[in-house]
Amino acid sequence: MLEPVLSIRGLSKTYASGLQALKPLDLDIARGEIFALLGPNGAGKTTMISIVCGLVTPTSGTVTADGHDIIRDYRGARRKIGLVPQELHTDQFEAVRDTVAFSRGLFGCPPDPGRVEQVLRDLSLWDKRDTRIRELSGGMKRRVMIAKALAHDPQILFLDEPTAGVDVELRRDMWQLVRRLREGGVTIILTTHYIEEAEEMADRVGVISRGELILAEEKTSLMRKLGKKALTLQLAEPLAVLPAELAEWKVELNDGGHALHYEFDAKADRTGVPSLLAKLRDLGIGFTDLNTHQSSLEEIFVSLVSERKD
Amino acid sequence: MSGFNAHGVWAIYRFELHRFRRTLWTGLAVPVITTSLYFIVFGAAIGSRMAEIDGVDYGTFIVPGLMMLSLFTESIFNASFGIHMPRFTGTIYELLSAPLSAFETVLGYVGAAATKSMIVALVILATANLFVDVHIAHPLLMIAFLLLIAATFCLFGFIIGIWAKGFEQLQVIPLLVVTPLTFLGGAFYSIDMLPEPWRTATLFNPVVYLISGFRWTFFGTADVGVWVSLGATFAFFLACLGIVWWIFRTGYRLKA
Repeated sequence: MLEPVLSIRGLSKTYASGLQALKPLDLDIARGEIFALLGPNGAGKTTMISIVCGLVTPTSGTVTADGHDIIRDYRGARRKIGLVPQELHTDQFEAVRDTVAFSRGLFGCPPDPGRVEQVLRDLSLWDKRDTRIRELSGGMKRRVMIAKALAHDPQILFLDEPTAGVDVELRRDMWQLVRRLREGGVTIILTTHYIEEAEEMADRVGVISRGELILAEEKTSLMRKLGKKALTLQLAEPLAVLPAELAEWKVELNDGGHALHYEFDAKADRTGVPSLLAKLRDLGIGFTDLNTHQSSLEEIFVSLVSERKD
Repeated sequence: MSGFNAHGVWAIYRFELHRFRRTLWTGLAVPVITTSLYFIVFGAAIGSRMAEIDGVDYGTFIVPGLMMLSLFTESIFNASFGIHMPRFTGTIYELLSAPLSAFETVLGYVGAAATKSMIVALVILATANLFVDVHIAHPLLMIAFLLLIAATFCLFGFIIGIWAKGFEQLQVIPLLVVTPLTFLGGAFYSIDMLPEPWRTATLFNPVVYLISGFRWTFFGTADVGVWVSLGATFAFFLACLGIVWWIFRTGYRLKA
């Protein structure tokens, strides 16, 4: 990898309670890439981000951000980093513009109303510049938090669950913003529960589970592995046994004969779905409902992790 | 890259003063009304029956004590609330992730809190002047003492704001410790007026030294020597500074 902008070596965290939130972890993030960190709740994503940003003291290991050690040269490192935490923590009584200007100052930058205006415009907040934060909707507050994180022009931006509980429109906006930032040379590390989000945006995906980084690879190769989908048909009449004619599709009979379950590779040229449906019609097997389901990331983690344990 | 983050300190200082400005009128009306009440009760009603203390009439005598009483409570309240609020709302994440040293963070918060409590103390002085004629023997030393005590109690308030687990706890120390110690520390009387053993017992109350020293800057007379007072005040200041240093060193209630 060319000159990583963020370099993590042997980073671990054991809390005073004895909980090992992060097992020794190595990770390099390339300059200008979008890295999605996936993992179930409590996997250690937020702990890792919190250490890099200075909110949590590591038990062991080192991190350098754009060449600055996050502990020995914390000023240099932190000036390069912007953080948008998961929870909406805002100063309710402050006006939007003031809170963004405050963040800029906090990170050691001289006042620059023009730059603050630009950040607010980029996030469609300019019309709300004099509004108090408590009068804003949840989605708008999320934008304010991003604006605050961008006010000092960071090189590395952490977005912790940026689209959790966010409406579709804002999610689209967020994705566009992330791409624009990347075009401007900003490296972005985001955590998410949503596979589509990683699929849509990330160059590389890391999977973290139980405090362990279990893989970090290019999105395209990962998507091939995770491309399984399942089709479930609710039958009009329950079946006692599976007709022999369906053996070709490896379907399963579930729910006491009320449902048919078929797993297929969504990325394959021939998924087998149309032919299966045609065969059912030929056999006179009616169904009342149909849905397809992509294995959730949580399910994939569970299987990934249990595979490793076996 | 290193060097003093002056923009960061200024951002915190301005943020805190902005918070005070939002409640400016109540913030100033309260000390004015409270001081007036004290003067009506202690100055006019009771004070007229009191003898002079060290050649100072009673109404004038209580002015430094009144200023101290408000300075203590204001300093603790402003500083503890200032740092407790971000912990409560969660916005502390930004402070912890900013390129600020412990010294810079404390300078911003304590500086702003001390500014406000000094303004309140001076408003009380101005209000008192409407009731009695206050002559200040050592005005520069008075300001210096005011500044040192404000800084000390703001540091103390900062510690309480970090230690407190909720808003109730913010009130506990000021109400249960500082206010009683101030009332018993000679805010409204000279400790020479007390019979033994209470007079000696009072010397273990640190607030006695603060009030006595401050009163000396007004009248040139005091219960205890001014250098003893100054030394005690400075020792308290250093103790608070030491605890704040320890808080940032260990991340106590700030970092996991």
